[in-house]
Amino acid sequence: MFSFCTDPSILPDWQWMACYLTTGKHMSIYWSVLTVFLLLAITAPTALAFGFAGASAARSRIAPVSWLGRGYIAIVRGVPDIAFFLFFVIALDQAIEYLRHRAICPDWTEPVRQGNDFVVCAAAKMPLGNAPQWIHETYGFGLAVLTFAIVFGAFAANVLFGAMRAVPKAQLETAEAYGMTPRQTFWRVMVPQMWVYALPGLSNLWMVLIKATPLLFLLGVEDIVYWARELGGTKTSRFTEYPHGDWRMWYFLALLVFYLMFTRVSEIVLDRLMVRLTRGQATTGGEAQRKAAT
Amino acid sequence: MSCLQTIADYGLRSIGIGERLLPREDFTLCQQFTLIGSGMIWNIYFGLLALVFGFMLATAVAMGKNAQSKLIRKPSEWFIFVFRGSPLFIQFFFAYFLFLQLKGVHPFFDPFSAAWLGALIVLFLNTAAYSAEIFYGALQSIPKGEVEAADAYGLSGWPRFKRVVWPTMLRLGWPAYTNEAIFLFHATTLVYFSGFPAWQQRGDALYYANYFADKTFNPFIPYPILAGYFILLTLVIIGIFGLVNRRLNRHLPANTRQKMKLRMNLIR
Amino acid sequence: MKSILLTTAAMAMTAGMAMAQDVVRMGTEGAYPPYNFINDAGEVDGFERELGDELCARAELTCEWVTNEWDSIIPNLVSGNYDTIIAGMSITDERDEVIDFTQNYTLPDPSAYVAMSADVDLEGGVLAAQANTIQAAFIAETGATLVEFATPEETIAAVKNGEADAVLADKAFLTPIADEDADLMMLDKEELIGGGIGLGLRESDTELKEKFDAAITSMKEDGSLNALIAKWEIGDGF
Repeated sequence: MFSFCTDPSILPDWQWMACYLTTGKHMSIYWSVLTVFLLLAITAPTALAFGFAGASAARSRIAPVSWLGRGYIAIVRGVPDIAFFLFFVIALDQAIEYLRHRAICPDWTEPVRQGNDFVVCAAAKMPLGNAPQWIHETYGFGLAVLTFAIVFGAFAANVLFGAMRAVPKAQLETAEAYGMTPRQTFWRVMVPQMWVYALPGLSNLWMVLIKATPLLFLLGVEDIVYWARELGGTKTSRFTEYPHGDWRMWYFLALLVFYLMFTRVSEIVLDRLMVRLTRGQATTGGEAQRKAAT
Repeated sequence: MSCLQTIADYGLRSIGIGERLLPREDFTLCQQFTLIGSGMIWNIYFGLLALVFGFMLATAVAMGKNAQSKLIRKPSEWFIFVFRGSPLFIQFFFAYFLFLQLKGVHPFFDPFSAAWLGALIVLFLNTAAYSAEIFYGALQSIPKGEVEAADAYGLSGWPRFKRVVWPTMLRLGWPAYTNEAIFLFHATTLVYFSGFPAWQQRGDALYYANYFADKTFNPFIPYPILAGYFILLTLVIIGIFGLVNRRLNRHLPANTRQKMKLRMNLIR
Repeated sequence: MKSILLTTAAMAMTAGMAMAQDVVRMGTEGAYPPYNFINDAGEVDGFERELGDELCARAELTCEWVTNEWDSIIPNLVSGNYDTIIAGMSITDERDEVIDFTQNYTLPDPSAYVAMSADVDLEGGVLAAQANTIQAAFIAETGATLVEFATPEETIAAVKNGEADAVLADKAFLTPIADEDADLMMLDKEELIGGGIGLGLRESDTELKEKFDAAITSMKEDGSLNALIAKWEIGDGF
């Protein structure tokens, strides 16, 4: 990185550190921090969409749709946390390949499960065996996002379901009295008002989501936890220019601080957002704001 | 090999009693049920002890956060923030490596890097922080009339705390605390997936479930078994906490009693 | 299965071949020097990197390097996330039932013990080994207490901080560590387990196996394999 990095063994401490922290290997951990942000940026809206769909389905007057929505919420929330993550990615991967296998190779006669092997025809592989590396990475990341979105979607669905019910009944009745159809009532009256009731739950969920990101490690994505372990381990001088002892504690301390700062910033932003959304609402918070203003 | 024989061999495998070698081939359903069930011993051990000790610390920290004095309030707030603001997964890793370093300083720290103590400490502190926040919230919402009534009866200091504030705090915080307890038990599955190593292949339920999924390349059997065990455990917790909740609310008229509202939580 | 998916620090090999061929994905661990490790630049390096690149060149294949945790390296091969395992994996009967191996490209390297002192109780003490290795299976059957770790690095750390009395691993892996660290010493006792290291492949990939077998044979014949073994100090040559 820096011009003085040619022979690290003779450098003074701070320069050595500067060189050490900018090796190609360290770039990987910085990239994985960006991966965390990317994951959050994609997962949060996706999970919210899943949640919205789930909550709307659960409220539906058509019984099967309602069961589907309620079932989705109940099943995902009932299964213990990481077991779900460990199980789901494999299941999802195999399910996708199986479906493609069925669609693409209909005349394949052998069973898909042959003892230990899960065999599908080559054309059904996801991603295709000859795909370049970045597609494999993106696919893996995509599966992780989908897993996160499905799990957190169920939690979001629960929050939104509660929020929809919290919208004062009188509002909906008024809308009906004005001759709005159920669809109009839903989109024009309920949806705009439910957010203030959903926000505390959703911001809690956001915090949980942030704290769930290290579980990418369990999904096999080479994430910050992987790199912290790999970079922190003892290095002998034969295989690196920067030999050092067991520094894993310091790497994980850095991760700890990173997450603390991240959650703190989120907290502050969400608090501000809450103040914004409460303005003019028929809630205790809104009332307090109104009184403070006068 | 009959199933009873398997249970005799592997029923207590997770604490080192019984057959030394884990099954290597021809995995039967019975083996999976037995070993994963055996691993539950550790989940219950971690969950139960952390809950009991965490409860005591949580009460103290909640009082601390509610205190007037800045000297007491600030450390309590920081304690809660550090443990609630960072992922438990990272806390496990960090604690393990920290205990390893401390081991080099003094032999007193020798047992700390083993899961049975080290992971227990992390879980204990973690649940204490989460519960303290719950109890603090409950303290804040104690009706002021109750405290004023206590004052009118001449109660103050410790008697007032013991007979009025503390029971009311528990009553108000109990539904949320139930969730925390369920959640703590679920979190115990993280222990052997973080830094803490498994000795002689003695691990918790997820460790064995993962072992079978690795060996059979089929996740569709061990993980549902694990999920089944956890749903059972969750039901037991709900039952026990429900009984306590009834007791806490027994003085109230039936229609104002607080209903237990269960909110499953996810990874912290 | 800890990681059925993987993302990696892999880079396409610039083999410069005009033929539009399927890419062969080489799965390795990247944490077992000198066999394979991630170098300062963040790339896969080591004996097996050089060997693999040479084998691919001789077999006229386009290869790509992928890292995966040791724990799930076989499941991920079987489910097709990469096409070969080239990760210092000893050929054993147990593994051979699940996957196929090429001929061995190293002679059986004896496993050695590294400990803090020479008078360690190897029969009844606590011995560290990487999970799912031949060494772990070996210790599990002796009277010693086995502690398993996910990465080789952690087994060494366990000895240094007193978790374990000694670590059992491939000699070529332990030698540079014992040389460099004044606290650690290699014991005289060695165990001959395993039958040399080979490339792991899916059982259905017979064609690829033949290509690699032929390439290994040609490297053995012209002595270039021995040169690599000597360069990276992986035991004796053929």
